[in-house]
Amino acid sequence: MIRLENLTKHYGSFVAVDDISMSVPRGLLHGFLGPNGAGKTTTLRMIAGILRPTDGRVLIGGDDVHKQPLAAKMRLGFIPDRPFVYDKLTGAEFLRFVAGLYGQEGEAIDRRIAELLEVFELTSWKDELVEAYSHGMRQKLIISSALIHRPEVIVVDEPMVGLDPKAARLLKDIFRQFVGKGGTVLMSTHTLEVAEAMCDRIAIIQHGKIVAEGTVPDLRRQHQAGDASLEELFLKLTGGAHARELAEVLGR
Amino acid sequence: MTGTTVQPSLWHVLQPKWRTVRQRLREARERGGWGRLTILVTVGGLFWLGVYGVLFRILKYFRGVEELGPLLAGKLLGLVLLAFVSILILSNVITALSSFFLAKDLDLLVSAPVDWLRLYLAKLWETVIHSSWMVALMIVPILAAFGVSYRGGLLFIPYAVLTIAPMLLLPAVVGAALTLILVNVFPARRTRDLLSIIALGAAGGVILVFRLIRPEQLARPEGFRNLLDFITVLRTPTSPFLPSEWATKAIMSFLRGSVDPMPLLLLWTTAAAFVTFGALLHRELFATGFTKAQEGAERFVRGTLWRWTVGSLLRPLPVAKREFVLKDIKLFFRDTTQWSQLILLAVLVVVYVFNIKALPLHRGEPVGFFYVNLVSFLNLGLAGFVLASIAARFIFPAVSLEGRQMWLLRSSPLDLKALLWSKYWVGTVPLLVMALLLTGITNVLLEVSSFMMVVSLATICALTFAISALALGYGALYPQFETENAAQIPTSFGGLVFMMTTVALLGAVILALSQAVYTYVRAVYEGRPVVIDARMIGWFAVAALVCAAATAIPLKVGLKRMEQFEF
Repeated sequence: MIRLENLTKHYGSFVAVDDISMSVPRGLLHGFLGPNGAGKTTTLRMIAGILRPTDGRVLIGGDDVHKQPLAAKMRLGFIPDRPFVYDKLTGAEFLRFVAGLYGQEGEAIDRRIAELLEVFELTSWKDELVEAYSHGMRQKLIISSALIHRPEVIVVDEPMVGLDPKAARLLKDIFRQFVGKGGTVLMSTHTLEVAEAMCDRIAIIQHGKIVAEGTVPDLRRQHQAGDASLEELFLKLTGGAHARELAEVLGR
Repeated sequence: MTGTTVQPSLWHVLQPKWRTVRQRLREARERGGWGRLTILVTVGGLFWLGVYGVLFRILKYFRGVEELGPLLAGKLLGLVLLAFVSILILSNVITALSSFFLAKDLDLLVSAPVDWLRLYLAKLWETVIHSSWMVALMIVPILAAFGVSYRGGLLFIPYAVLTIAPMLLLPAVVGAALTLILVNVFPARRTRDLLSIIALGAAGGVILVFRLIRPEQLARPEGFRNLLDFITVLRTPTSPFLPSEWATKAIMSFLRGSVDPMPLLLLWTTAAAFVTFGALLHRELFATGFTKAQEGAERFVRGTLWRWTVGSLLRPLPVAKREFVLKDIKLFFRDTTQWSQLILLAVLVVVYVFNIKALPLHRGEPVGFFYVNLVSFLNLGLAGFVLASIAARFIFPAVSLEGRQMWLLRSSPLDLKALLWSKYWVGTVPLLVMALLLTGITNVLLEVSSFMMVVSLATICALTFAISALALGYGALYPQFETENAAQIPTSFGGLVFMMTTVALLGAVILALSQAVYTYVRAVYEGRPVVIDARMIGWFAVAALVCAAATAIPLKVGLKRMEQFEF
């Protein structure tokens, strides 16, 4: 459903994403892990059509995001890590606006808006300007907006940041159900427990390159990690042994 | 941990701001190279030279008038400085609200062990710089003209700095104190709304009153009963308790060779006392005010009115375009800092029309046909300039303001053409209404012929389409995605280039049309029938082509640039 072919992104002389190729089939929840600055967000933003790759291409359901953007984006729902939305629109107005961007309107959309607001417990806030929303509420609103047009693919960057435990649990259930019904999710996260519990497959990116990909047992096997947790595996692959030194620094 | 903490120096608190400014300048230099800097310096230099030149001539004339000359020069300086102090108080109140209560670095500063005095002084300094830099730059050519014309010598430079510095500081202290009190009464966001309305309303009121009393009549000595009355009026201080008057006295006494230390002393002691009182007020009220500033957004907005009215009007449009236009209109009218500028705009239009009405063209005697047509024709250029200023303020920032939400627009299947289309028409339609009203009303007041009426209405329509496209195109070419305040966007380099291009466009169109209009005026003047011949049509076609190119090219270039945006 999502295919990355030799995806590369340069910022001047800095190579943020270095010749990545990856495929995420339909009906799969695929985790995308990596340390800060590894190239996760850049990759996801290229998949969402926000950034143009320096080289390579992104296909969503067979459509090239940069050559047939409208067809590819109709299938896609994108949830960014920083919830910037129009402060002077109300929650309901924002959702109606997003639906309009996908060419959808009418009673069906009104019902869909009511349904999503209800699920994310924002109904009593629907006529409030977004500027009054907390970070978590904005995040919930953006998640609702990504679901409003019933996408086939969800690309999500750090979905759990700012969500309360109840909303985080709800989101996990939504993603699982979405995948269960044949949807595809590509999710970047730093919460390794969440990734381990939720993801069917995982890719780990470092210095712009994918250093490991597969199911958690696959990764353990490939890297002879015995029955190590995903966290230990992640630290092993990304050179996180410095964590021990950190404890010493904090210990004064 | 207990005991006293070592306080950071004031410079340390201000350092991030200074480093940010330096970095921005470096980035701007890297992006635009020397070309951009050269354009900025040239335009700035020309403006300075213009102000200096005009003032120097006036002062030269004053110097030629015995006795009255220095009085007139002092009065002029007093009025200019008074205008500056009024502007400074208004801008300081608004700036202080941002720097003391809404700035992003406040969380860090307030949670750090920085004492109240350092916080106050750092934020006051920030307020002074932000709100006064433009006035400070404007004062340079003015004082230079005074200094040169009265032969103040090199010593005049440090003396002028010494005089103007407290004059800039005092409004900042007053502005900060007023804001502090207001924030304690209203929530900060409400205060911002209130302030923008009050400030712009007040500014508009001042301009309106100032214009409607026709000050040019006061400048005519023949209007006074005798010369003594006139001199008495000149001698009377305009505002004896305002720093502008003290600064005027200090400067004029220096320039006339008899330095009076009193005004300078007054300026500095008042500034010191005000900063002290301001600091004490800050100590008492800042904590509660800052807490209040965290609250208070508007609650409960239904927005059904927009859906019923504008939404119904836009029904024939595809849903994406309709929702986009609706969104833009709602955002504009819900943001007080945006729509309140319409107050000032309305006032400027009234003043504009009033000025045309006040022109001494119709005084009972047969109207000078030539002059009426000349004014009507030149009015096109002036109206075009007014429209360009409005477009710079409202249309130029349109693309920049989408910056933070571009993730949504770029990841959705919204066609960028549709986005540009919506932005273009949301800006153009009101601009067009205004253009037609402005030109139509002034033409009626001027009693122009129907030929001129048709030519000017058609021209202003074509110009509006072009100006709007230029504003949007340049806005996309020089976006300011980091600026949250829409009012700051037009003052960027892109805004300047837009204004320069628009002036060139106005010049080109007027030049082309002048050939056709000249043929017409000449025919009427000579009593010949007006023949619309191939030559005339040719010039009209040239003007139309220039406008069409100025509409299509910027939109095309803007679209291309938007396709390359990366976030």
